[in-house]
Amino acid sequence: MNEILKIEHLTKKYDDLTVLDDISLAVNKGEVLVIVGPSGCGKSTLLRCINGLEDIQDGKVSIDGKTGMVFQSYELFPHMTVLQNLMLAPVKVQKRKKDEVKKEAGQLLERVGLSAKKNNYPRQLSGGQKQRVAIVRALIMHPEVLLFDEVTAALDPEMVREVLDVILDLAKQDKTMLIVTHEMAFARAIADRVIFLEGGSIIEDTTPAQFFDAPRSERARKFLRTFEFENVH
Amino acid sequence: MGFEVLLKGKNMIRLLQGLGVALKISLISVVISIVLGLILGMLMSLKKPVINMLSRIYLEIVRIMPQMVLLFIVFFGFTKLTGRNLSAEVSSIIVFSFWGTAEMADLVRGCLQSIPKIQYESSMALGLTRLQTYIYVIIPQIIRRLIPLSINLITRMIKTTSLIMMIGIVEVLKVGQQIIEANRKSSPHAAFGIFATILLLYFLACWPISCLARYLEKKLV
Amino acid sequence: MNITVLQEYLPIFAGAFLLTIKIGLAGVALAFVIGVAGAFARYFKIPVFSAIIKCYVELFRNTPLLVQLFFIYYGLPVMGIRISAEICGILGLGLLGGSYMTESLRSGLEAVPKIQTESAFSLGFSRPQTFMSVILPQAFSISVPALVANVIFLLKETSVFSAISLMDLMFTAKDLIGLYYNTTESLFMLVVFYIIMLLPVSVLGSIAEKRSRLKMFGSD
Repeated sequence: MNEILKIEHLTKKYDDLTVLDDISLAVNKGEVLVIVGPSGCGKSTLLRCINGLEDIQDGKVSIDGKTGMVFQSYELFPHMTVLQNLMLAPVKVQKRKKDEVKKEAGQLLERVGLSAKKNNYPRQLSGGQKQRVAIVRALIMHPEVLLFDEVTAALDPEMVREVLDVILDLAKQDKTMLIVTHEMAFARAIADRVIFLEGGSIIEDTTPAQFFDAPRSERARKFLRTFEFENVH
Repeated sequence: MGFEVLLKGKNMIRLLQGLGVALKISLISVVISIVLGLILGMLMSLKKPVINMLSRIYLEIVRIMPQMVLLFIVFFGFTKLTGRNLSAEVSSIIVFSFWGTAEMADLVRGCLQSIPKIQYESSMALGLTRLQTYIYVIIPQIIRRLIPLSINLITRMIKTTSLIMMIGIVEVLKVGQQIIEANRKSSPHAAFGIFATILLLYFLACWPISCLARYLEKKLV
Repeated sequence: MNITVLQEYLPIFAGAFLLTIKIGLAGVALAFVIGVAGAFARYFKIPVFSAIIKCYVELFRNTPLLVQLFFIYYGLPVMGIRISAEICGILGLGLLGGSYMTESLRSGLEAVPKIQTESAFSLGFSRPQTFMSVILPQAFSISVPALVANVIFLLKETSVFSAISLMDLMFTAKDLIGLYYNTTESLFMLVVFYIIMLLPVSVLGSIAEKRSRLKMFGSD
């Protein structure tokens, strides 16, 4: 197996508050890792530490290549059209040729069903459309690892599906992905491996079938129960 | 109703020239204010204690002191202090720039604060350097927000420059008074016509600019 | 600076200060009345009235107070409408301020989400009850920063009253400089009295802004 991301003894603190406590994790190429856990457990912080948005107090993160990240709040640049949003980083950071980037942007937009929107501004798009553009914006940089930080949490329910379908499509192309999500059905469908995080530590690291059907820890069982409803009749 | 006096001789042209004096002074002051305000606004968002304290005092002075009072202090005070005369035009440009710079700096600071931190982060996540983030992502957004606000500053500056007649500059109001005086016998109603005309002239100068600012605010933000 | 001169000037400036405050406050009060009525008309799109208010707001926001005062004080009398300088000051300030207050209150009203009205209706509130006890208080909280800025702006604008021969602070300072050449003392008193007038408003305004923010968001 071909390790692409390796986290060793990662510790992250805000002043006295320990958010991530001695996390060790290795991800193989093509693996889809879903990270779940109650709010405040450090899932998002973990992603932010991986791509260097947060400095870490202890430990090591090594990546074979670069990361791309998609945020909950899309964070498209509001003053640029969809196409300009997509082209900015490849042209300015990677110094790629405009024509080539434009062509690729066109192909990727086609793939997520947004060819018609390439000259629109973000404010003219729905939440689901914005998020699909944000995913393309990350993809076009050809990252080795894709990080998704609760990308459907701000969306209306009917738009969740269109975004998740794009991510499912990426999984079929064997992209390496780390996905933080609250969509349990989606997590189960897409994950090769599930990480359950609580209180800044990894409580379970297992297969989706094992995690969802027979979680080993009481804490994971309790967490999963919050997604179930008793039958009232 | 006193409007006929406008058609006599060069009266209308003289009024327009008077308005021109006021507009010229506002334009010069606005340009100075925008340049200095941009610099000060950016300095203020560095959050250095000394700059913060000094700029707060400066902003508070401008907030509570009428421009008229500042105008008197500079115009009369300068002469008293140095024994030399400062021309009324220069005094007014100094005062209006002093005022406009504070207004502009406050707008710039507000705009800088209004860009969410995660916009910086998403640029970093794409691999943009700090400098590239500012050039391509942050500054264009700030400029878009600032354009309508700065245009609004122009109309406020134009309205404020009506004060310059009080330190003896012959601008549109002063010209108006002169015309009324000169035609007291032949046109006893001139005061109504002249001041109504001046009101309209100011309106015609400011209103299109206000509309433009409003339009741009809707379009750009 | 000459202390004796300052002592001599103190009562003169105090008198002018009281006059300035009196006209200033009366003007601000009138501005509020016009503002509430104007915002009401615009918000509920009352036919004709709403259009008149719109024109009035545009006219007064896009012309200087000094010119407005000249028109009222020197222009109207020749047409037979005679107004005393004090009333002219109050009227001018009130009309100018009314246009600003209308805009501030109107945008405050429009910033209250429509769903608030609907939820009040669903609780059984009548239309006037909804407006008075649900919409207006929220709109007012939202408008506080703008209203404070308007009050400060209007009190500052009192400095142009001297142009219509009102014996306000500015007039007194100019007069004394002309008569006795005690420029430093006159300017000093002028500044001191404007600080006395506006610093408390500015400070209270900042506090009011904080409190209204607290009301809206629970914390700052």
